[in-house]
Amino acid sequence: MKMHLNRHWPLLTTAGVLVALYVAASIAYTGFSSWFQFAQLFADNATLGLAAIGMTFVILSGGIDLSVGAVIALASMGLAVLVSHMGLPVWIAIPLVLVIGTGFGAFMGAIIQMFKLPPFLVTLAGMFLARGTALLLTETKRIEMSDSAGIRALSSVLVVDFNIAAMVFLVAVLVAWAALKYTRFGRTVFAIGSDESAARLMGLPIASTRVGIYAISGVCAAAGGIVHVIGTQAGDASVAFLLELDAIAAVVIGGTVLAGGRGSILGTLLGVLILGIITTIPNYQGNLNSWWIKIVIGLLLLVFVVLQRVSQRWSGARG
Amino acid sequence: MRRSLRQLIWPLVALALLLVFNAVASPSFFHVQFVNGRLSGAAIDVLNQGAPVMLLALGMTLVIGTGGIDLSVGAVMAVAGALAAKLLHLDAPVALAIVAALGVCVAAGIWNGGLVTVASIPPIVATLIFMVAGRGIAQLITDGQIITINPGSSFTVIGRGVIGGLPVPVVIALSAALVIAAIVRLTSLGVFIEAIGGNEEASRYAGINVRWIRLSVYAIMGLLAGLAGLIDTADIAAADANNSGLYLELDAILAVVIGGTALTGGRFSLLGALVGAIIIQTLSTTILMTTFRGHSVPPEFNLVIKAIVVLMVCLLQSDELRRMVLQVRRVQG
Repeated sequence: MKMHLNRHWPLLTTAGVLVALYVAASIAYTGFSSWFQFAQLFADNATLGLAAIGMTFVILSGGIDLSVGAVIALASMGLAVLVSHMGLPVWIAIPLVLVIGTGFGAFMGAIIQMFKLPPFLVTLAGMFLARGTALLLTETKRIEMSDSAGIRALSSVLVVDFNIAAMVFLVAVLVAWAALKYTRFGRTVFAIGSDESAARLMGLPIASTRVGIYAISGVCAAAGGIVHVIGTQAGDASVAFLLELDAIAAVVIGGTVLAGGRGSILGTLLGVLILGIITTIPNYQGNLNSWWIKIVIGLLLLVFVVLQRVSQRWSGARG
Repeated sequence: MRRSLRQLIWPLVALALLLVFNAVASPSFFHVQFVNGRLSGAAIDVLNQGAPVMLLALGMTLVIGTGGIDLSVGAVMAVAGALAAKLLHLDAPVALAIVAALGVCVAAGIWNGGLVTVASIPPIVATLIFMVAGRGIAQLITDGQIITINPGSSFTVIGRGVIGGLPVPVVIALSAALVIAAIVRLTSLGVFIEAIGGNEEASRYAGINVRWIRLSVYAIMGLLAGLAGLIDTADIAAADANNSGLYLELDAILAVVIGGTALTGGRFSLLGALVGAIIIQTLSTTILMTTFRGHSVPPEFNLVIKAIVVLMVCLLQSDELRRMVLQVRRVQG
């Protein structure tokens, strides 16, 4: 039992912080604890959440993906161009954008795997490429899409106050959780992150798994871009600027170790919600400036990273 | 000497190709004039505008040499500019503003280094913390406003002045390069840095004070980022906490990698990093100056070109690719 608790206590800490934040905000601000605000929390952070889910796979495998913000922008602008400029119906354009996102991620993963290059650099190049392409797609850098019937229809879908963005986010959490826990692929992700050479000696399919990991990050980012378009009814090439940092922060706060091999999707969900609550509080507290958010997120990162170190040393010392 | 020259060949070839392209596409690029006691022309502009990235790249080379990385340098730049502008706004003497700003930046560097060494947090996360929080601190200092500096203030000399015909930022960057090269190569610091980057465990057994050297490398990085921030702020005579130094950590890392220093640490090349920084700035300037069939190329094109350059440099340094090419040759021969 003690061993069990030890393994889970980073996640329990994250959950504790989330509950404390939620309760404190609910007491301090009227309306914060409403069901509507709860659903809104998922809707507002769906893009970040989707990116963070993909990032969790990448970080679990010991890698990093700096391109997700730019891929979100590319997906956002790509969808807008396909629908508004080329007249494609939404039900064709959305799968097309998802395929492009998957392909983009898989391409980066293949380069990382084939040439043994650092993920940091390859995804940095991917970031420049995706952001540059998104900005070059149109002169205006932004396309209003409120005249598209398909997008309008999608944006009006509501199930018990959860809009389509929130639902996509929640479904993605479930699928990712199941994939990591119950599939061969998921276990290989953990194995690569823990010890890649051991995984190779065990005969695990490292190459295809790594390509798959970055493809997942790509498709998650593309989905994030799509729900952003549905939410704002516009394609925008400058959205999600440096969003990868928030995504990494959410993953780390969620208890996933940056060196890889340890962590969970559930933790990432909690991390995203913590970031979401912190960024929502200034809406209720007028005198709180937005820069405090950055400082608080930095401090939270610090606390969680130090906690991770302490828990690692502790469990290391106990054998 | 031969090794370092061989390492520098690819970056120099890339720079030469860029310059040849410029010489053909826009002949005015090399047209350097001596006007009002200062050199002017596109080539000088490249050096002038590239000075902040050159400063960052010098520090980043040392950090990467130890096997680390510093993502916070852009945020540190913003803090330096914000603090200096705020102090000048409060009528503090220029010298005090500069010293205080640089002091805080060194402290930020020591903070980063402390997290890496004392708390043994991986450098990428340790510096991510200040990358996020630092920009918040800069905005806190400026109260979210852009603080302008009196253009007549002697502070602006850092960004706009001229010494011996050369723009002051260029003089600062080149002096910093000379000082750091001297410190690193005339003392044993350089060897220690490469030793730590090569094998930390072995260095510790060899009696190298790994913690102390790591810490000083991050402190030097902080100081150089502070200088870069002051140049940026003095140049536009305003502190913009949102945009000062934005993206520059990536440019600096890129410059170091283009210059032939591997991200894994170990052997590093300061000269390579300078060449890398100049390549990056030349790229931006080239794209701004180039016209295609009478139309100027959109500046966003810069990002796409940068992506291609990063990939090419990565592939050139990839042992794996070299092995594949050799294998193909062997099969054919």
